[in-house]
Amino acid sequence: MDINHSLPLEYSTEENRLKIFGFWIFLGAEIMLFATLFAAYFTLYNRTAGGPDGAEIFQITPVFLETILLLTSSFTIGLGIHAMRLGRVKAMMGFFIVTLLLGLGFLSVEVFEFITYVHEGAGIQTSAFTSSLLATLGTHGAHVTLGFFWGLFILIQVKKRGLTPATANKSFIFSLYWHFLDVVWIFIFSFIYLKGMM
Amino acid sequence: MEFFERFAIPNPSFAIYASMVAAGITMIAIVAGLTYFKKWGYLWREWLTTVDHKRIGIMYLISALLMLFRGGVDAIMMRAQLAVPDNTLLDAQHYNEIFTTHGVVMILFMAMPFIMFFMNLVVPLQIGARDVAFPRLNALSFWLFFMGAMLFNISFMVGGSPDAGWTSYFPLADNEFSKSVGTNYYMIAIQIAGIGTLMTGINFITTILKMRAPGMKLMQMPMFTWSSLIANVIIVFAFPVLTVALAMGTMDRLFGTNFFTIDNGGMSMLWANIFWVWGHPEVYILILPAFGIYSEIFSTFSRRNLYGYKSMVWSMVLISLLSFLVWAHHFFTMGQGAFTNSIFSITTMAIAVPTGVKIFNWLLTLWKGKIEFTTPMLYAIMFIPLFTLGGVTGVMLAMSAADYQYHNTMFLVAHFHNVIIPGVVYAMLAGLTYYWPKMFGFMLNEKIGKWTVWTLSIGFVLAFMPMYITGLDGQARRLYTYSESTGFGPLNMVSFVGAAIMAVGFVLIVYNIYYSVRYASRDISADPWDARTLEWATHTPIPEYNFAITPEVKSSEAFWDSKKNGHVLFKGNYEKIHMPNNSGMPFVMSIIFFIWGFSLIFSLWIPAIVATLGIFACLTLRSFEKDHGHYISVKEIEDTESELRGA
Ligand code: HEM
Ligand SMILES: [Cu+2]
Repeated sequence: MDINHSLPLEYSTEENRLKIFGFWIFLGAEIMLFATLFAAYFTLYNRTAGGPDGAEIFQITPVFLETILLLTSSFTIGLGIHAMRLGRVKAMMGFFIVTLLLGLGFLSVEVFEFITYVHEGAGIQTSAFTSSLLATLGTHGAHVTLGFFWGLFILIQVKKRGLTPATANKSFIFSLYWHFLDVVWIFIFSFIYLKGMM
Repeated sequence: MEFFERFAIPNPSFAIYASMVAAGITMIAIVAGLTYFKKWGYLWREWLTTVDHKRIGIMYLISALLMLFRGGVDAIMMRAQLAVPDNTLLDAQHYNEIFTTHGVVMILFMAMPFIMFFMNLVVPLQIGARDVAFPRLNALSFWLFFMGAMLFNISFMVGGSPDAGWTSYFPLADNEFSKSVGTNYYMIAIQIAGIGTLMTGINFITTILKMRAPGMKLMQMPMFTWSSLIANVIIVFAFPVLTVALAMGTMDRLFGTNFFTIDNGGMSMLWANIFWVWGHPEVYILILPAFGIYSEIFSTFSRRNLYGYKSMVWSMVLISLLSFLVWAHHFFTMGQGAFTNSIFSITTMAIAVPTGVKIFNWLLTLWKGKIEFTTPMLYAIMFIPLFTLGGVTGVMLAMSAADYQYHNTMFLVAHFHNVIIPGVVYAMLAGLTYYWPKMFGFMLNEKIGKWTVWTLSIGFVLAFMPMYITGLDGQARRLYTYSESTGFGPLNMVSFVGAAIMAVGFVLIVYNIYYSVRYASRDISADPWDARTLEWATHTPIPEYNFAITPEVKSSEAFWDSKKNGHVLFKGNYEKIHMPNNSGMPFVMSIIFFIWGFSLIFSLWIPAIVATLGIFACLTLRSFEKDHGHYISVKEIEDTESELRGA
């Protein structure tokens, strides 16, 4: 395999460059996926069928906590990639661990949030509003969950195999994914929670 | 016992039992045959684990042909039922099931894989690449498609067919009105195949944008590659929409959510909207690669370059943008008001403009060309008038006020068959004839081929033109019978005769394959049609690595230039070639997807959870796997090349 040393490690082989490019296209598809979920949500959000509406169930504290956790994790994964570019494996792994812990924190708060909703009578079957709300949040949450395990596996590989073109490439692609989930969350935060609470 | 009752079919009939027996016997015969001829190892090594784009292409082809016959049998049954008034060959329920599976099978499991076949076989060769960008992902795409298709196809034998139409509109498709598991099959089988298609989209965009031979600029790509690029861009934007629609439909049916329900705030029109936001672009995913194939055929057999290359490209780009802005024309009558309808009328009619540009470009390619009437060319020539007619009736349907008369009548059925059969199906058959020698080293018989074109075309006109008339007279689509007093009888009989003639045409294709396998000359050149693009510049059979030396390109017809204008395609010496390794993972993972889908369809939660874990286990293994492919040495290349050249 030809390694081009003038490029960052994650771009250094042909295969790596193709993978990064392909992943960007995949993110394009993900944008369409979430756009469709949002479109459905905005069509259905005031169809509460006598059940609770957004203003009744949304609470600022957990949502704010989730936002802080996820935004910080996006920052730490950025630092992780920066450390990777400098070749500082220890620092990189440290930032990855922090990122994953923050992700886990986000997920715990989200699970707590869902449980609260169900207790307040806003389950997935209650109304078109709750169905589309929980489907949208759930899809994002499932992405974070998947990302958690994926990041964990990459972390293990970096630890075992060190920084190679392959592990650097995976770490970089993972960081793209993680940033993307953050962007989606910003939309969820603004247009589902803040708008719903107003 | 109660457990097994769910697998019984709710509306049995003799024909279904007969099919079960036939399917069982076929399965046993295949297994016995493989065992007897000791072919299991061969099957596994050469096909089930392959990541070679050419072999994957051939597997798409085989699946598409099988599905063509499955969908064709559905079609003949429908036409036979409608041939005479008050017919009792099929009852209403069976008729519903058959038009549903016919539509899904033909569009998603016949036309789509047929197009995937051409993209897989041709695109890497046309751009001078060794394979696609992600060969293993490509294998996964195929197997997911295949398992989705198989899952859908067993529905009529296990648990019952879907019966809410290929559009599966809610509330008809919800649990209350579609009680059997049929619609679960629809939601989940298409989901599995759709994920595969989405990955194909990503794979081919990357391949085409990043792996072109040195020197090949975007505006020098062969037209089929351009059409594939654009179709794949549409796939990447449209298929996630379908993913969400199907997921919501599944949840409504299995988990009691309220997206499309009547009560609790659900909105059934939301399904219609999301479905067609995918559905309309989908018909352009089908037609654009077909246009690409026609472009190749027109220029090859007119012996001149394609007229208006740039306008061809830009019209396709425009079509792809517009295809996302017309979806509401499928339900003008469903109450969104005159203003909205007018907007969608105009965008719909606008699509006819770039389509017309392409038609004129083809005509101008023929103009002053040295036309040669081979079988592929004959298909292409037939395509122009027949497809234009379909386009014109499309514009009629696009007038929203008038559509109140045409909507959901046989007129609509005639329209879309009129664009899909001469547009897509003819292109597939033309392309199959055209690329056959490249794949298998002999030509299909020209005489039988031309008979086939005429038989299909006469059958087509007889089968579908009458529907325009009965449609305008008010014969509704999807109705299993009509009374004699309507007067629809004679024209429907004509349709039936036409359908039967088309069936003869398809049998002729099979006969042609059989005949050519036995009698065709094996002594043909690697470029039997005197073609113009790179896929003809390599040997037949195509070596695993496609090109021993990566070709250098300076125009959109590099191979033609090398033949006529002294352009040197292959410069330099052999170097070792890096190739991907085979892998059983895509196949195994897709089997698990099949089990996962089947369990969900029947609400078997424990197997469903186990299968989900199985899928994640595969992903985990893949993450930890180290696979750097292998090299083909210069020695091996020299041997292969001299053997292929030698003969
Ligand atoms: C000039 C271009 C075209 C125009 C203006 C056009 C217009 C339309 C309109 C307005 C309808 C809906 C009519 C109704 O439901 O009352 C329709 C249906 C349809 N069209 Fe076209 N069309 C065009 C080309 C195509 C092409 C190229 C294809 C496929 C390759 C296609 C496939 C279909 C299908 C499958 C349906 C019906 C789906 C269903 O309801 O089951 N059309 N077309
Ligand atoms: Cu349409």
